[in-house]
Amino acid sequence: MAKLTPPLPGALRPKPKRPSENGNGATTPKDKLAEVGVSAVDWVDERTSLSAGARWLMFRKVPKGTNWFYTLGSATMFAFLSQAVTGVFLAMYYDPSATRAYESVRHITNEVFLGEFVRGMHKWGSTVMVILVFLHMARTFFFGAYKYPRELNWIIGVVLLLLTLFMSFTGYLLPFDQRSFWATTVALAINGTGPLIGPYLNDFLRAGPEFGVTTLTRFYALHMLVLPGIIAALIGAHLYLVARLGTTAPPWMKADISPELRRDEA
Amino acid sequence: MPVSADRTPKKPVTTVDRSIPGAFEGETVTRRRFMTGTVHTAGAIAMAAFTLPAIGFAMGPVFEKREERWEAVGPIGDFPDDKYIPRTLTVEPGIGDVGKSTVYLRKYNPKLDSEAQDEYSAFVAISTRCMHLGCPVRFVEASARFICPCHGGVYDFEGKRTGGPPVRPLDRFYTRVRNGLVEVGPRYSVNSELKRFSPRDPGQPLDGIGPYLYPARPTTRKIPGT
Repeated sequence: MAKLTPPLPGALRPKPKRPSENGNGATTPKDKLAEVGVSAVDWVDERTSLSAGARWLMFRKVPKGTNWFYTLGSATMFAFLSQAVTGVFLAMYYDPSATRAYESVRHITNEVFLGEFVRGMHKWGSTVMVILVFLHMARTFFFGAYKYPRELNWIIGVVLLLLTLFMSFTGYLLPFDQRSFWATTVALAINGTGPLIGPYLNDFLRAGPEFGVTTLTRFYALHMLVLPGIIAALIGAHLYLVARLGTTAPPWMKADISPELRRDEA
Repeated sequence: MPVSADRTPKKPVTTVDRSIPGAFEGETVTRRRFMTGTVHTAGAIAMAAFTLPAIGFAMGPVFEKREERWEAVGPIGDFPDDKYIPRTLTVEPGIGDVGKSTVYLRKYNPKLDSEAQDEYSAFVAISTRCMHLGCPVRFVEASARFICPCHGGVYDFEGKRTGGPPVRPLDRFYTRVRNGLVEVGPRYSVNSELKRFSPRDPGQPLDGIGPYLYPARPTTRKIPGT
């Protein structure tokens, strides 16, 4: 592990003191304060070895030609984090009951301080996240970054895409206005056209043969507990594989072949 | 990790041959393997003990038997046999307006209707749920057609599809007369010949192999013998 851990970048390495500073060997209060911080970090690190993991994750070598397109994955992750944070705070005011859901959403939008802003973040953020997922996927596809040995990461990404869309589907019902009710009715009917399992899947999602008392709570539980949990776990796996396998160079970069190898080929 | 048999020498079968101290003669499973297996089994049982009830809890409503609801919608005289009268019906109690649905009612008309007649068909009750994807249809008197606003599904006076994407005629409700009042009961689906089937969701065709591709839920069936 120690060998594989990349060294600290120069800026983070402790520098030796200039001879002019504290030439007489006395310590200033600033030094003492720094010493407290360092020893606290050391105390945790000695017991967890977290710094090796953090270095492994953060100070990776990236190929030549890495450009702004490579930030789409992080952008998607930050969109998810934004959805998670705004969603948690919306849940403080939202009431997932069929008779009061619309009223609670109206209350959030019109009366709660910054309610319209936080709900707007969540609503428009969901669209932004779907767009970013597709752009990230397009980048991966057009740069050929799905090829060996990164196929598994592509598969995890596809599952994350489906989960993101399922999040959009379950979240769309929650305001419980006319649009979201009929959109969900239509979406469930589309789902039901899947032969053999469609009807049963519909009954599971609706909690019965008709849109009923517990349909909304079921969608709410899927939207705020089940799906975010799975998505967070899969993002962890996705990031682990990115750190482990590294990123690809863009397809227009030529590999640097050493002169000897080139002579061998010829 | 699978190890191919030709590369590793075969292990002796009994623990005595492997000179494990304290092993009984003829013992084939080491105590360590036994303990490992026991712990894994205990873990699996513990997992199942909370996973299976949770799944059953979530799946429960799928298998719940629902009571047959009959709702009076008005006296017999309210419903002529040549035009539809809309009535609001509670399809799902307990969730306010969301559980209500409009249903179009009229008296059975032997000159127009092709549905087989029995005790439940003295009045015709047509569901307003479009059989394409479940939008609400409206009866337009001028053209004597049911028309869906979403994707242009069109049904004739009997509720049979005449245009657009719907896959089967509009669903119907059982009706009966009690104390001079027309009562509307459970919903059922029909195929293009107006043959009755157990209720299905929109978008599920019932002609040909349709009923087999889209099985009815075991808990909500059409009334037996109809």
